[in-house]
Formats: sequence, structure tokens, C-alpha cells
Amino acid sequence: MSKKVLMQGNAACVAGAIKAGMRFFAGYPITPSTEIAEMASLKLPTVGGHFIQMEDELASMAAIIGASCVGVKSMTATSGPGFSLKQENIGYACMAEIPCVIVNVQRSGPSTGLPTSPSQGDVMQSRWGTHGDHPMIVLSPSSVTETYYLTIRAFNLAEKYKTPVILLMDEIIGHLREGIEINDEDVQIIERNKLDLNENKKGYEVSGDELVPSKHLQGNMKYNITGLSHGFDGFPTNNNKVAGELHERLMKKIDENKDDIVTYQEYKTDDADTIVVCFGGSARIVATAVDMAREEGYKVGMFRAITIWPSPEEALRKLSERVKRIIVVEHNYGQYLLEVQRIVNNPNCKIDFLGKVDGTVIIPDEVLKVIKEVK
Amino acid sequence: MASKLIEKYFRYEHLPQIWCQGCGNGIILRDVVKAIDDLGLDVDKTVIVSGIGCSSRAAGYLNFLTLHTTHGRAVAFATGIKMARPELNVIVLAGDGDLSAIGGNHLIHAARRNINITVIAFNNNIYGMTGGQYSPTTPTGDYGTTAPYGNIDRPFDIALLAKGAGATYVAKGDCFHVVQTTKLIRDGIKHNGFSIIEVADVCPTYYGRKNKKGNAVDMMTYQKENMISAEAALAMSEEERKGKIIVGKICENDYPELTEEYQKIIDRVMVK
Repeated sequence: MSKKVLMQGNAACVAGAIKAGMRFFAGYPITPSTEIAEMASLKLPTVGGHFIQMEDELASMAAIIGASCVGVKSMTATSGPGFSLKQENIGYACMAEIPCVIVNVQRSGPSTGLPTSPSQGDVMQSRWGTHGDHPMIVLSPSSVTETYYLTIRAFNLAEKYKTPVILLMDEIIGHLREGIEINDEDVQIIERNKLDLNENKKGYEVSGDELVPSKHLQGNMKYNITGLSHGFDGFPTNNNKVAGELHERLMKKIDENKDDIVTYQEYKTDDADTIVVCFGGSARIVATAVDMAREEGYKVGMFRAITIWPSPEEALRKLSERVKRIIVVEHNYGQYLLEVQRIVNNPNCKIDFLGKVDGTVIIPDEVLKVIKEVK
Repeated sequence: MASKLIEKYFRYEHLPQIWCQGCGNGIILRDVVKAIDDLGLDVDKTVIVSGIGCSSRAAGYLNFLTLHTTHGRAVAFATGIKMARPELNVIVLAGDGDLSAIGGNHLIHAARRNINITVIAFNNNIYGMTGGQYSPTTPTGDYGTTAPYGNIDRPFDIALLAKGAGATYVAKGDCFHVVQTTKLIRDGIKHNGFSIIEVADVCPTYYGRKNKKGNAVDMMTYQKENMISAEAALAMSEEERKGKIIVGKICENDYPELTEEYQKIIDRVMVK
């Protein structure tokens, strides 16, 4: 039976994580994500899991990778400045293919910025924050309820694709309290397959066009895990062929599974000639503005990216082929705007932008004003 | 004896190691493996973690679950492993730069928490992998490729740093006295709490060459002739200890171990 409760976004994240099987959390205090660490410290021992407050953000990221390597589903949470510090080991998790979940409750930056005003300024960092080419899955919830389910999905995707997954929240959702109704009946949890392996010496072995190494992190692991380019047994190599194949597989494992990974929401788009593109907390404002505009007779709809990386490229391109105008609304200086400009290939579709970087929240009237500014 | 250890614990197919001729890393790694063998540690329940640098390549040669992590972070990875799965034996292999410069914060906090992991500090007084830059343990006045006029930094004593941070088992060994060093590592692994064994390494290629210490044999002979026991070192002044190679236990004491304390919380609050 589902039960309606009042919950904060950050608390819903922890509830979802525990439901998904998280049994280890390492973190470092930073607003506006701290409630996630607090809640994890309270709840984890009650389910036999472990919490640790590490000495810094780098260590927290390192610790969750360590825990995941020995079979324990793990998560850390942070905000802007801490997210920058975690990038080093996020890259390691990409390269070594270690499932884990990193929550970034975004706040205004750069640097210490405006603690702790809302922002969505880490869109590009979430995709390209760590050095080198690497795959990345980034999910962004727009409500407390969705935070619960998307956290579970983040764990599932991490396990399925053996990769770190970023839950890109924002202060708007992290600190929002609203009634949520959890119904776990249809929730699927992906556990690590327990393959019968006596001595697993080649965890990174892939055969044919396999993109995710099925033996990795399975059974009695007797191989090396490294951030260096490596062969099937995880041992470092400078062999360019091996390195090239590894890097290509890492990118392809996400790129070629977009159909499975990518999710988005369309709202009142059927007859729309104008589409407002948004994600995360901004979507609540946009949805209200769309309703207001509709009352005034404007044919406007909303396209919300839920998986912001990889982006819902195909769906948005398709939509852009039949609308006159796209307005990108986000709490930054125009980061997802760049991705939308890359995707849209219709010269008759104009792209406009509404952003905010002063630490205040965009209000529906401001969105409405842009919608009505038909140039 | 050595060949049996290699057969039992090494990834034979990846030998020889990448290390220079005369490097002390192989000797220290042999001591670690001998200590593991003496204790009869279950290889299926032992994880070896290392960072980045010459000595951190050691992990990859061992036939365990081995994690070759990021620069300086080995102790933080190890903390996650031990915290999440306290039943595992966790051994960290790290160099002086890795452990006391970029990873200094992780070292002192793991020591403070008294988490039951064992750290072997390969101290060759130099950054070897990058070509001989001075490290936090390069003695004042010595030379490195980034200290062409002599090092003006004051060096860390890694063992005393760890002791000051609360490590409950601290020892120093060297490359020459393998029997003593192996025993110190053995006792460190056995110890229930944070243990660290700082081993004086030899790097003839960079530290030795830059500082006119002679070849590998000369550097090993120096360790042989200048070794003093930890007890003797205690009675000496800082000036008298200069240039001496200390071998022995610096401290060993009891303090509640972190994962056992956490288990008490689980036992208290877990919903059954």
C-alpha cells in the first residue's frame, strides 16, 4: 500500500537510494546537499549499511568507489564546489567501470558563489567535468516524488552499464517539501549478477560486440582495477590498439544504448508552435507559464529533459522540425542552450533563451513574457 | 623461498616489474608478501590498494583483488572498502609523495579514525615516476630536479606524522634488514587498528644519482651501516639521529577500532 507523506527532496533521494540497495554512503558537509548525508547517517545503520563522513570531497568519492569495488552499492552527495573536487575520481569510476551514484544539489557559482541560492550552472560540468573523453549519464528530477524514483533509476543504470551516474538536482528540488506518494509495487531493482566464477581473472573481458563487461565485479575477483588504460585482466598497458578499443567501448556503451537510457517529458506539445525546453526545478516554473500562456491562447508546450546526458536528442530534433520557436529556460547563463542549438537543425525554428544567474528563481510571469514576445 | 612466494602470490605473466635496476621496491614488496604468507591471510579476503607512483605499481603484480587508484587517494579508497566490508583485510602500498603530499589529508584522518587497515609507506625520498623531483621526505639540503640549488623545505617524518595523528601501530623498516622489516609488517597487519610501516627505500636512479649516494649496492650498504634500533633512536637527539636508518616499532597501543564501533551502532539500531 502506498502512503502519502510530506518529504523534502533531499530526503526522498536517500529513501530512493536505500530502496535501490545503497548500503554505503561517504560524504562531506556542504549546503544545500547536507540533508542527504544527515539522512544517510541516520538510516543506513538501521538497514545494516555503513555511513562515513570523510575528510574531504575527494576522499568521499574515493571511498564510494572502493566500497562499490567490493560489491556494496554506494552513493555520495555534494554541491557545486564539492562537485568540482569529485571530478578526479569520477573519471576513475568511468575508466575502471565502477557503478556508483553521485548527487549534486546545484548551487550558485562559480567558486563558493552564492551559498546557497538556486542554480543549474553545473550542466556542462556534469557532462565534461573530469578530464579526457568519457561516457556520462546525468538525470535531473523536477519533483520530490521524481527524486525518489530517479535515484532508484540512477542506481539501476549504474549497475546495468557499470558506470558512475550523476543525479543532478538543484536547490529548488533539494529543499522543496511536498507531499509524495510512494508506490514500490512496480519498482525494479537491478542487482549485480552473481556469476559462478571461481577465479575471475579477466573482469574486463568482452566478446564480440559486447559493450558492458559481464564478468566485471563478479565472483571471486582476482584482477587489477586501474585508472590506466588496461587489458581484459585490468593490467595497465601502453598498447595503442588495446587502449583505443577500450576508449571506444566506454563511449559506445552509453551512446549505443541511448534508447534504453534517455527519458524526457512532453507537456501540451501536440498542437504547439512554441516549445519551452527545460529540466529540473525550472520545469515547475515553465509548466505553470505554459498553462498561463494557453489560457491566453498561445499554442505553447514544454519539453523537459529528464536524462539531460545523454540528451534526448532525437525527440527534441523531431519536435523542432514542426515548431516555429524554442525557448530554453534554465538557471544559468545558457548551458543546455548550447546542446539545444547543436540538436536543432531547422532554420525556420528560432531559438530563444531565458536564464538567470543572480541567485533568484525565475518566476512564471518572466517565462510568460518571453513566450508572448513574438518577434 | 622467493620463487615459491612468486608462484603463490604474483601475477607471473606480468613480471618483470617496470622498476629500475637496483630499486628497493621489489625488496619491500617481497617483505609484504612474506608477511602475508607468514600470517596465512586468506587471499580471497584480502584487498591490496595503491595510489600513483613507482611503488604504487606494486599492487598490479600481486594476485589478489588489487586496486591501483588515483594519486594520493589510496587510503581513502581503502577506507571505503574496509568500512563497507569490515571482514576484508585491506593493505595499502604507497610512496612518500603519494602518501604524505597529495594524500596527506587521507593519511592523517585514517590514522585518527583508527580504521583497521595497514599502510606500507615506500619512502625513497623522491618523486621517481616523474623523474626525481623533491618530495615531502627529501632531506633539507638534498637535490632534486625541482631543487637544483638544494631543498630548503623541512622534511616530514612519515612515521611520527602518523603517530601524531593517532595511528595505533607505527614502525620503521628498511630494504637491507628484510627479516626485521618483514616481522614489523606482519605485526602491523595483525594489529587491530590503523597500522603503518614506513620502509626506507632506495632509489639509485634519481635520489641516489642526484645526491651522489653511489649505486644500489652503496645505498644498501649505507642502510646496513647506519641502522639504529627504534629504542636507540629514542635516546638520541635530533642531531644525532640525522642520516640514521631507524628500524623497529615506534608505537603500538590499543584503541577502539572504527568498524567495530560502527558495528555496535548497527547492533543497536538495526531494524530486525
